[in-house]
Amino acid sequence: MAEKLIHLKITRQDSPNSAPYVEEFKIPYRPNMNVIGALMEIQRNPVNAQGQKTSPVNWESNCLEEVCGACSMVINGKPRQACSALIDKLEQPIRLEPMSTFPVQRDLSIDRSRMFDALKRVKAWIPIDGTHDLGPGPRMPEVERQWAYELSKCMTCGVCLEACPNVNQKSDFIGPFAISQVRLFNQHPTGAMNKHERLEALMEDGGIGDCGNSQNCVQACPKGIPLTTSIAHMNKETTKYAVKRFFFS
Amino acid sequence: MAKGHSFLSHRLHSLLGLFPVGLFLLFHLTANYQATRGPEAFNEVVGLIEHVPFLIVLEFVFIYIPILFHAVYGIYIAFQAKHNVGSFSQFRNQMFLWQRLTGIITLIFIAWHVFETRIPKAMGAEVNYDMMANILSSPVMIIFYAIGILSTVFHFSNGIWSFLVHWGITVGPRSQRIATYVTMGIFVIVSFIGLSAMAAFIQ
Repeated sequence: MAEKLIHLKITRQDSPNSAPYVEEFKIPYRPNMNVIGALMEIQRNPVNAQGQKTSPVNWESNCLEEVCGACSMVINGKPRQACSALIDKLEQPIRLEPMSTFPVQRDLSIDRSRMFDALKRVKAWIPIDGTHDLGPGPRMPEVERQWAYELSKCMTCGVCLEACPNVNQKSDFIGPFAISQVRLFNQHPTGAMNKHERLEALMEDGGIGDCGNSQNCVQACPKGIPLTTSIAHMNKETTKYAVKRFFFS
Repeated sequence: MAKGHSFLSHRLHSLLGLFPVGLFLLFHLTANYQATRGPEAFNEVVGLIEHVPFLIVLEFVFIYIPILFHAVYGIYIAFQAKHNVGSFSQFRNQMFLWQRLTGIITLIFIAWHVFETRIPKAMGAEVNYDMMANILSSPVMIIFYAIGILSTVFHFSNGIWSFLVHWGITVGPRSQRIATYVTMGIFVIVSFIGLSAMAAFIQ
């Protein structure tokens, strides 16, 4: 009986500035494999479909349970996590591409620094450090905690940026995830004490104004975060803040 | 575009699209609808509008300048997007593409429409039923106007949907879905008014 094979077409790139090319691989099938497993197989035996020895494909991954966000790549045209992409559920040949909205480092690994810069820009944290103990903060209502928890599932994976038509080389849009993080930290009872700083940051160039409502982000988000609801909510908050700032300060 | 004003420009773009440009569109199409009652009825409406005091000032403040800003900033927005309906074919992404496409078509249509009607008027021609009947005497122009009207009305209707999101009025998915139904209803009704008005000029 002929051995069952998995056919992969991988878009590769040797260095950040070199031209991408496609290399095909045929690897032996094992039940319950995911895309990471297939890439590990190539790493073990780096031979392409033509039988030539090649360099192993480079990729990033950590947790392998869809919580770290490191293994995002474009699989059969859709940006998603490679760890939760099961071979049995994918149409072959399986096309693997890097999320090219980000600078490609090598093969499938990309540089997601712009996301961390965006989080810094919108101050997506709660400042509590001081020189003395400030005591316990205000309590958070349970109903709010429940939906805030949903927003806190964001793992900075970059899938929403890859899906968004307004995140590209021509725009400096920070991306849907950062707007949702502002909502998360602004509704936290302690975080709310600095909410104007985050709203100001959202109203800068590349901020919330650049959202074009294609709503791809909410469809693509692997964690099911209600990104478009967050964006519309922050639209309301920035509008209120802008009006207040104009008339009362 | 001016640095640091992206938020304000986007909001202004969204606001002007509805007030006054969208309201003007509704007013314009319903006024044209008078043509379905015959040339005299239409000419009467035109006469009424032309007797509004300070008309030229009103036209510039409420029509030309807002449209110009909306158009220029709209082109900037339209060409900033990298469309991906191939990978993301869901409804809203299609609408995202169509909003930008119809924006460009509408701009071309309005530019031509102004060139054909307002420029001759400024040169001394009289705006009346015969002027439009003349323009719509060729089948090519009828198709061009039909596409132009549909494109404008689509851009307006879907623009209301975007306006509601941009200003944080429809926040959750349910209200946004209902807004989709309502705005598409507006598209059908206003298209009917616009196209029947156009048909009244075809002899």
